[in-house]
Amino acid sequence: MLDVGVALFKRPFQLREFLQQAWFIVTVTIVPTALVSIPFGAVIALQIGGLLKQFGAQSFSGSASVLAVVREAGPIATALLIAGAAGSAIAADFGARKIREELDAMMVLGIDPIQRLVVPRVLACMMIAVFLNGLVTIVGVAGGYVFNVVLQGGTPGAYIASFTALAQLPDMYQGMIKALIFGFIAAIVAAYKGMNAKGGPKGVGDAVNEAVVITFVLLFIVNFFISALYLQLVPPKGM
Amino acid sequence: MGTEIAIEGLTKSFGNQLIWKDVTLTLPAGEISVMLGPSGTGKSVLLKTLIGLLKPDEGHIWIEGTDIANCKEKELYEIRKLFGVLFQDGAMFGSMDLYDNVAFPLREHTKKSESEIRNIVMDKMELVGLLGAENKLPGEISGGMRKRAGLARALVLEPEILLVDEPDSGLDPVRTAYLNQLFIDLNAQIDATFLIVTHDINSCRTVPDNIGLLYHKHLAMFGPREMLLSSEEPVVAQFLNAQRVGPIGMSEEKDADELEAEKNIKMPPLPPIPLQITTSNGRPRRAAREPGAWCRENGVTPPPGSFGENVSTAPGAGAEVSA
Ligand SMILES: Nc1ncnc2c1ncn2[C@@H]1O[C@H](COP(=O)(O)OP(=O)(O)O)[C@@H](O)[C@H]1O
Ligand SMILES: [Mg+2]
Repeated sequence: MLDVGVALFKRPFQLREFLQQAWFIVTVTIVPTALVSIPFGAVIALQIGGLLKQFGAQSFSGSASVLAVVREAGPIATALLIAGAAGSAIAADFGARKIREELDAMMVLGIDPIQRLVVPRVLACMMIAVFLNGLVTIVGVAGGYVFNVVLQGGTPGAYIASFTALAQLPDMYQGMIKALIFGFIAAIVAAYKGMNAKGGPKGVGDAVNEAVVITFVLLFIVNFFISALYLQLVPPKGM
Repeated sequence: MGTEIAIEGLTKSFGNQLIWKDVTLTLPAGEISVMLGPSGTGKSVLLKTLIGLLKPDEGHIWIEGTDIANCKEKELYEIRKLFGVLFQDGAMFGSMDLYDNVAFPLREHTKKSESEIRNIVMDKMELVGLLGAENKLPGEISGGMRKRAGLARALVLEPEILLVDEPDSGLDPVRTAYLNQLFIDLNAQIDATFLIVTHDINSCRTVPDNIGLLYHKHLAMFGPREMLLSSEEPVVAQFLNAQRVGPIGMSEEKDADELEAEKNIKMPPLPPIPLQITTSNGRPRRAAREPGAWCRENGVTPPPGSFGENVSTAPGAGAEVSA
């Protein structure tokens, strides 16, 4: 990890590799993201809508949905996708390179695989995580809207008008920062596990598996701490 | 001009698994040495230690006054420029075609123009017989071709030391013979120090100037080809002549009972020493010596029939001669 930190600032920056990887990550995550985020938004809208009905606070349902999606659901869905789709692909790629001795060959040719391969992937993963987070948020909120308005009979005006009642801009930043950190963790763990794969093709499979599991666990823990910290630091919006 | 590599007291283990201990040998400058050993004895580990990819637990590796077992990362990257390495499966970069793979070191380390690079790459591709395959991806070609492509890539920076990991594993005998001839010609041409790791006895008997045998977690013997091929030392004689009788068993070591039972069995006589392969164009090779020279100088009588024109080198030939 330290090596990556150091290599982050080494020139020349591998722009081509970065763009290629970013595009690659987009291709493996975009469809699952879309598929995951719609039901995510709907489920949250359903839960919250039902709950608020009991309190007689239906007018806040839009706001509460947005809050839940922006603060928690977006980053969590992003985490799942980044770890599951992007992380596993990165780990498999590094694992295959490791057992084909490509990484050794690279070092022998005087090239640092961390700078050449890991850094662009880490940055690409972080960037795409933020992008996915935005996507999940938008699709989630839209899904919530459809669900709330069309199926639960809420009024469009109330849903949209209540957006800003509880949610605030820092919520958005928080979601983005979470996504950044998740992308970073997922890429680092995947690269580390892949580069340390051993024992033939089976070793690659094990590395991928471990990478995904470790990333999941780490991301949920980190998510909890960031949320806790955020709630301490940023006062909730008064009503 | 090749560079000498002096290895002193090298020991390597992974966790508590000892790979080999106290390996001491000198690879003479410009000569071809072969390291022989059963699979799993750490031949690949030795190669990786020689280029600093693995750190030994103890010992030194001296190359041009630098101890690469204990030097800084920066020095290591400098020293590695002397090396060309052919990994076991070629280690081609999977995302690039063969041309880009072979051109890679030139693009990274030299300021040559693309047309100069093209000349060098095509030259090396021709040398290894891969003209016409430049645009193939490594995944699309056979293992033998990947190896030859790996060799081409190892050669583009004109290395002073060439390390080769099992060039003959997975190759048919004809291709192996071509490759062996290529090593001899190459050595005459570039004068580099070669270390070839293999478990192919045929290659080992006819290619190198020096042979080493890794066995039972240590270096059993290292020296001139004729010294090992005329050695009566049971392990050396058994392995170099591919015989069943001797201390090496199916599993790494024979157990005590088996060895006891074999105690009284005499080792079969040594087969004749074959001639070393010479360059295909008759060009002299600096490290080549006159057949039988080492035996004469050291008062060793080579096995009968040695250095004849048509000594068979097939494994098991010894048994037929003695029958
Ligand atoms: N990076 C590593 N970590 C742990 N063990 C290793 C590593 N590389 C090789 N080994 C072990 O070292 C032993 C020798 O391996 P190797 O050098 O590949 O043998 P050879 O090339 O002679 O067939 C094997 O038992 C292998 O499992
Ligand atoms: Mg090996």
